[in-house]
Amino acid sequence: MTDLHTLSIVGLAEGLRRREYSAAELTQHFMERISKSNTLLNAVITLAEEQAAATAEQADVRIAAGDAEPLTGIPLLHKDIFCTDGIRTSCGSKMLDAFIAPYDATVVARLSAAGAVMLGKTNMDEFAMGSSNEASYYGPVRNPWDIERVPGGSSGGSAAVVAARLAPAATGSDTGGSIRQPAALCGVTGLKPTYGRISRYGMVAFASSLDQAGTLSADARDAALLLNVMAGFDQRDSTSIDHPVPDYTAILDNSLDGLKIGIAEEFFDAGLDDGVASQVQAAIRQLEVLGASIKNISLPHMKVSVATYYVVASAECSSNLSRMDGVRFGYRCENPKDPGDMYARSRSKGFGAEVKRRIMIGTYVLSAGFYDAYYLKAQRVRRVIADDFKRAFDDVDLIVGPTTPETAFTLNEKASDPIRMYLSDIYTIAANLAGLPAMSIPCGFSQGLPVGLHLIGNLFDEARLLNVAHQYQRHTDWHSRVPERFLQEIP
Amino acid sequence: MTVWETVIGLEIHVRLLTCSKLFSGASTTYGAEPNSLACAVDLGLPGVLPMVNEEVFRKAVRFGLGVNAEISRCSVFDRKNYFYPDLPKGYQISQLYLPVVSKGELEINVGDGNSSKVIGITRAHLEEDAGKSLHEDFAGMSGIDLNRAGTPLLEIVSEPDMRSASEAVAYMKAMHTLVRYLEISDGNMQEGSFRCDANVSVRAQGQAEFGTRTEIKNLNSFRFVERAINHEVERQTDILENGGEVMQETRLYDSDRDETRSMRSKEEANDYRYFPDPDLLPVIIDDAYIEAVRQFMPELPNAKRNRFIQELGLSAYDAAVLTGSREIADYYEAVLAEAGEARLSANWVIVELVGALNSDGLDIRQSPVSAKRLGGLIRRIDDNTISGKIGKQIFRQMWCSEDDADTIIEARGLRQITDNSAIEDMIDKVLADSPRQVEQYRAGQKKVLGYFVGQVMRASQGRANPQQVNGILRSRLKN
Repeated sequence: MTDLHTLSIVGLAEGLRRREYSAAELTQHFMERISKSNTLLNAVITLAEEQAAATAEQADVRIAAGDAEPLTGIPLLHKDIFCTDGIRTSCGSKMLDAFIAPYDATVVARLSAAGAVMLGKTNMDEFAMGSSNEASYYGPVRNPWDIERVPGGSSGGSAAVVAARLAPAATGSDTGGSIRQPAALCGVTGLKPTYGRISRYGMVAFASSLDQAGTLSADARDAALLLNVMAGFDQRDSTSIDHPVPDYTAILDNSLDGLKIGIAEEFFDAGLDDGVASQVQAAIRQLEVLGASIKNISLPHMKVSVATYYVVASAECSSNLSRMDGVRFGYRCENPKDPGDMYARSRSKGFGAEVKRRIMIGTYVLSAGFYDAYYLKAQRVRRVIADDFKRAFDDVDLIVGPTTPETAFTLNEKASDPIRMYLSDIYTIAANLAGLPAMSIPCGFSQGLPVGLHLIGNLFDEARLLNVAHQYQRHTDWHSRVPERFLQEIP
Repeated sequence: MTVWETVIGLEIHVRLLTCSKLFSGASTTYGAEPNSLACAVDLGLPGVLPMVNEEVFRKAVRFGLGVNAEISRCSVFDRKNYFYPDLPKGYQISQLYLPVVSKGELEINVGDGNSSKVIGITRAHLEEDAGKSLHEDFAGMSGIDLNRAGTPLLEIVSEPDMRSASEAVAYMKAMHTLVRYLEISDGNMQEGSFRCDANVSVRAQGQAEFGTRTEIKNLNSFRFVERAINHEVERQTDILENGGEVMQETRLYDSDRDETRSMRSKEEANDYRYFPDPDLLPVIIDDAYIEAVRQFMPELPNAKRNRFIQELGLSAYDAAVLTGSREIADYYEAVLAEAGEARLSANWVIVELVGALNSDGLDIRQSPVSAKRLGGLIRRIDDNTISGKIGKQIFRQMWCSEDDADTIIEARGLRQITDNSAIEDMIDKVLADSPRQVEQYRAGQKKVLGYFVGQVMRASQGRANPQQVNGILRSRLKN
């Protein structure tokens, strides 16, 4: 019972079914791990102890009745961007420090209905804007592999809890790499599905046309189980797509014989760290050994993806965050003189620097006289980038490269240099702009820090991504490595 | 001396009649407890997303067909960004680049009502209404009621085709009639379901380019539109005649003082930073959808008026009155179906019914006498069962009871006497009783005939057929 945290969701579910332990005990086990290590990691910002105990009890009833689904009784954490009925949803912001949503996000509701037990909410960069988790009102999250380093962001709390096995899995959201980049930096498996695959209802919007919910888990098989529950059309999200949801575990065991992998030179540019490059090259050779063939491709417009992203995402966020005005909910300044004063002071004090920077960029690019030159042009470039991928997928089944140019950086290293910070998402952003599904899976270490392998699939080809990831993980053990201090029972 | 010409364009906001809001399932009922009809979506809570109410497109397409407009096959929602306490999301979802309806027209009556003019409709787009700020009840603070937030509006933008306040009013009235005919809005102006902004400018007669315009906001009655425009024209003309320049600005009409005053200048105007709402997909409207809507189009006011004149033989005046609203037209047609006689029915509806409604301060929808009952009464006049005069008596009785005309006629024995011999008997008796008057008549005082008619009618308690009484009297008195 003391090493339950080393098991995957699949393993834990088996134990529950065999009644080796109850969902209540499982919940207790992970709650203890969180309470013992959170002071160090700062990965969890809200614990839902009462609710978790009650849900676990219900799960035990279902298990006893033989009515269990694969996730029934499985503890997990939600990124604090998902609204949870009755439990604070802060988005890592002072603005929403006291905000309690009166409803569950669709992702939360679906996982609850499947019997998953929510332990609490994970730390994140404020409103999902950041790549290091240093931009949280609740302070930075530490990387379990080296607590002097960042876990990546914005789903840094979710990546860190899975890396330290404080929960078997966590939800995340990915607008430009916010699941995959922290997954890479923390050595866990991160999945961002196709845009529209998972409902955005109840996921606080950063950039509506790019945001997509996803998973952080120990391995691809667990991601498939989570996606089975999370994916699907939701009429409350007009941008969710009514496309059949397959059983994502069905083809996990398919062989990779005949798989055509594209390698884009643009992902192996001068900015790529040598240590990362060599691990990624080794992973690609491993995929070849498993039956894949390699084809060199070109994605010529990759180089403008970061610039395009910061126009589109900032424009949308400047509008999406307007509802944080201090009127109906959220932070309101003391003694406002009039509405203008209330907006100015509530928003100046309620938002952090990075959020304000992006609101200002977004407001600028949408302004009269600049709209065509920035926003419209960025949307055109976005289509050009998507076309690059479309052409590539005529020849290959998926595209493989590094998730990030380098491994986890130290706290404060890039905090005062937004451009350097933005460039840490240089390989992940294009998938969001094109709406494509993508994963990051652990593929080794460079100087003791995890390296992520980036897999980009064609639209709605999550099953193939998971198949490739699973086959790779069957033949490697990078994904089951846990930092030493979190491997055993935490003292 | 310069002759000045007024140029007016109107933006009319019509609240569409739907059960639920434009982007949420909350009810659109008017007058509920503040904030009791505002759901998470209407409140703009973090994480919520809009969901389009299909019904608004059916109504918008109905409108488009009603003004002979183009229906956009692809219609896109845009965000109009600005901060206001009763605007929950910090932006209003509207349509800027691809509105649902464009390039239509509406014919209005101008001058004395006998000539007409076509006013161009630039566009009509869907948008959500904001909530309301309540300033009265909270000392030092304002209350926000978001019940109205998210209610669907159709904003109808006209071309600057009107040349006087009275034309603007005629256009607004024609539009008001039209939207109620189409049953897309209740048109209730007190509740703000039909309100308008007026763009007004003045230029020297013959000048090609428009003068600088001002926009007068939130006019919610026909009378205010007329007064506000006239006032604004006067203000602008004064400025121009004194060699000044009109400033482009937004002005607010103060109905208490009957004046407009400046709200904000062009420099203070918001930059709304419109962009397509990424939470909503383009709405595609295909021909089949449009045809399905077209199948259920009612007869429109202008077509109905022409039919009343040409097929029913009504006068232009009667036809205009009877098509003035959907309700009176429906009422008249129901009366006609029962009575069978168009002009007699028209006269009864316009004179007796409307007169009685007016004196009781009632709307035609509240009429105590249903169209079926009134039609039944008119039928009895038309088939000579009763005279028109008796008809009016019966009508007054119907007004205060549930009885139909036939019941009252039978109960009170009011059936008209048309039996010649019975009338002859009465006439003979009257003549026998009035030898002096007979003398006078025969001596050439023909107006004494009226006296005899009166006596006969009195003897018959008003039931004798007046035409027969007249005819028989004349022939009797000849001898």
